Amino acid sequence: MDLDALAGCLSSSACLVTQTTSGLIIGMLLFLVAVGLTLIFGVLKIVNFSHGAFYMFGAYFAMTAYQLTGSFALAMFAGAAGTAVLGLIFERVFMSRVYGADVLMQLLVCYAFVLIFDDVVRLIWGPEFKSMGMPAAFQVMPLFIAGGVVPPYYLLLIGVALVAAIVLGIGLSRSRIGKVIRAAAHNPGMVSALGINTGLIYGGVFALGGMLAGLAGALAAPVRSLTPGMGFSVLIESFIVTVIGGMGSIVGALVGALLLGLIRSFGSLGFPLFTEGLMYLFMVIVLVSKPTGLFGKEAA
Amino acid sequence: MTRTRTPGISRRSSLALMGAGAISVAAPWVARAQAKTIKIGMPTILSGRVAQLGTSSRNAVMLEVDKVNAAGGLAGRQIEMVIRDSKGQPQEAARVARELVNTDGCEWLIDGEASSGSFAVHEVARDLGVLCVHTCSEASSLTADPKQHIPNAFRCVRQGIHDSIVGGSYAAAIAKTKGLKKWATCSPDYAYGRDTTGEFTLYLKRFAPDVELISESWPKLFQPDYTEVVTKILQAKPQALYSCLWGGDLTSYIDQANIYAMFGQMEVFAVNMADYTALTVVKNLPKGIHSGNRYIKTFPATPENAAWGDAYKAKYNEYPTNWSWQNATAVMFLAEAAKKANSTDGKKIAEVLAGLTIKCPFGADGTVTMRGDDHTLVGYAIGWGTTIPQEPYVPEVKAGDWKTIFELEAEWKKSKGYT
Repeated sequence: MDLDALAGCLSSSACLVTQTTSGLIIGMLLFLVAVGLTLIFGVLKIVNFSHGAFYMFGAYFAMTAYQLTGSFALAMFAGAAGTAVLGLIFERVFMSRVYGADVLMQLLVCYAFVLIFDDVVRLIWGPEFKSMGMPAAFQVMPLFIAGGVVPPYYLLLIGVALVAAIVLGIGLSRSRIGKVIRAAAHNPGMVSALGINTGLIYGGVFALGGMLAGLAGALAAPVRSLTPGMGFSVLIESFIVTVIGGMGSIVGALVGALLLGLIRSFGSLGFPLFTEGLMYLFMVIVLVSKPTGLFGKEAA
Repeated sequence: MTRTRTPGISRRSSLALMGAGAISVAAPWVARAQAKTIKIGMPTILSGRVAQLGTSSRNAVMLEVDKVNAAGGLAGRQIEMVIRDSKGQPQEAARVARELVNTDGCEWLIDGEASSGSFAVHEVARDLGVLCVHTCSEASSLTADPKQHIPNAFRCVRQGIHDSIVGGSYAAAIAKTKGLKKWATCSPDYAYGRDTTGEFTLYLKRFAPDVELISESWPKLFQPDYTEVVTKILQAKPQALYSCLWGGDLTSYIDQANIYAMFGQMEVFAVNMADYTALTVVKNLPKGIHSGNRYIKTFPATPENAAWGDAYKAKYNEYPTNWSWQNATAVMFLAEAAKKANSTDGKKIAEVLAGLTIKCPFGADGTVTMRGDDHTLVGYAIGWGTTIPQEPYVPEVKAGDWKTIFELEAEWKKSKGYT
C-alpha cells in the first residue's frame, strides 16, 4: 500500500490528468465490450459467454484489413462490420436453437464456441502473437494537458466509444427500432403477435453486440498484441462491469466500466499489489449493498 | 515311468511369462531397450499462449534429429521422436511424460516444458529413473537446489541466475556512465518475474551501490492493457526501467508505452527483447532498448551460429527462438554422449553427459559444457546489447564473462544454502 503516492497524485494536476485519462481509456474500451454483453442479456436473456471471441475477431479483422489496405478507417470498419455479420450468423444458426433451453445448455454452447473460435483464429492467423502496429498518423508526440500526458490515439479511442454510447443510448430510447427492441425485451410474445419478426430483432441485437465488441477489438489492435484466446481476459472484466452496473443496463455498463477504469488507474498508484483485488472488492461491495447492480432493475 | 506333459503352457513357463510381463509393465523401457529405433519422448507446449515456443522447440529438435539419423543414428539406432502437447499444464506434462515412457516405450525424455511443467516432469524422471534432459526451464533452483538433484536428469537451458549476473553487471556499467540512479521495475507477477527481477536488482546494486529502486509494477501474466502501469512509471520519473515481460506481453507493453513517448524519457532494460518472436512482431520498435541475448543469429558472431539460424529459417520459414537453440543443443549433447558411450543405455549416457564438453554453435567459445556437479549447461553465449528496429536487431552484444558468472553463482548458491 502506498497512500503517499496516491495522495501526491491527487494533489498534482499533471498526475490527475494522466491517471484520469488512463482510467477513461481502460474504461471506454471495456464499456464497448460490456455494453454488447449487457444488451444481449437484456433482450435475449442469454449470458453470452462467447462474447470475448467477437473482441478477438474484431482485432484480427482490423489487422488484416490494415495490412491489405493500409487504411486505418477501413481497418476499423472491417473490425466492426465483420463481427456484426459473424454475430448475425452465430445467432441465427446456433444460438437461436437454444433460446428455450436450460441455462447450462446455453453456457455449454457458448463455451464450445469459445474453443472453436480460438482454434479458427489459430488455423487462419497462426498460434503466434501478432501486432497491428500504430498507424503513422498517430505516431506523434503525446499532448501535454495541464502537465499531464495524453496520447492523441487514446483521445480518438475515447471519442469513438463516447459516440457509440450516445448513439446507442438515444437510438434505443428514441428511435422506433429502439422501442421495438425494448418491447421485445419485455414481452416478445406480444411483439411477435403485432406482426414484428422477433427472430430478426434477436439477430440484429446479437449483431449489434458483436459489432460493438469487434469495434473495441479493432480500436485495441494497434496497442495490444493479438493472440488466439485474447478475448477471455476482456470477457472476465466485462462480466465484472455488467455485474457492477446491473445486467441489462446500458447506463450501468458505462458507469461500471468507467469506475473500473479509474479503480485500476488510481489503484495502481495507491495499492500496487492489490489493484486486481480492488476491482473484485468493489464488485463484492456493490453486490452486497445492491444485488441487482448499480442500475439494475429489481425482478418484477 | 515317464511323466507326460499336459498340453499348453507349463506352470513354470506361466510363472516366467507372468514375471516378464510384470517387469515390462513396471519398467517397459528395459523390455524395449533392444528395439531397432530408439524412441525419445517429448512433452512440450503446442497449444495456448506459449504454443509458438513449444513449436519452435519441436522444430529445433527435429532439425537436429534428422541430422543425427542421416549420420547413422545413436549408436546405430535411428531416433524416433514422440512429441506430445502438455497445453502448458504441469499435471498434464507429468501425465504425458509418464505415458510416453510406460505406454509408448520411450527410452529417454526431452522435457520441453516451461518451469512449472519441468518440475513435474522432473518428478516423473525421478520416479521412473529414465534419462531426462530439461530444455526450457530457466528457474535456477531446478538444478542449483541439491534436493532436486537426480543422476538421470540434466538441464540444457540458460539459467536465470546467469542472466541476472550478466544483466546486473551490464546495467550497472551503464548506470555509472550515464548517472542512472533512480530505477523502476515492471515485470509479470509470477515466480519467474519476481525471481528474475529480484536477482537482477540484487546484482545491479552490487555493481552500482548508489542505485535506488523508486517504483515497482507487477502486472499479471497475459494482461491485455498496461496503460495504468505505463502512467504510473511516468509519474515516478525514473531514469531507467528494468522489465522481464516477454512475448506478447512485452510487445503490448512496448506499443502502449510508445504512444506515451516513454522510451525517450528513460533508459529501458528488457531482458527478453532480443528474441525474434518479439523483435519481428513489434512494428515500431524503439531504438536503444537494452536487452539480453535470447537467440539471435549474430551472437555469437560465428559462421556456425549464422548457418544454424539460416538453416532453421530455410526449413520453417521463421527465425528460431531461445527455446530452439536450447533444444538443438540437447540433441547435440545426447548424440555426442551416445557416440562416446557407444550405447543408448540411459545410465551409461548419464555418466558420459556429466561433465561433457561439446562443440556447439551457441557456445561462448564455440563449446558448451554440461557441468558435472549440478548437471546444468554452462559456457553458452550470454550477453547484452541495444536494439535497432531492423536486422540484425542487436548489432553489438557485450559478452558476459563466465569467470565472474561462476564466482558470483557460487556465492549465490552459498547464500541460498545450496552448497
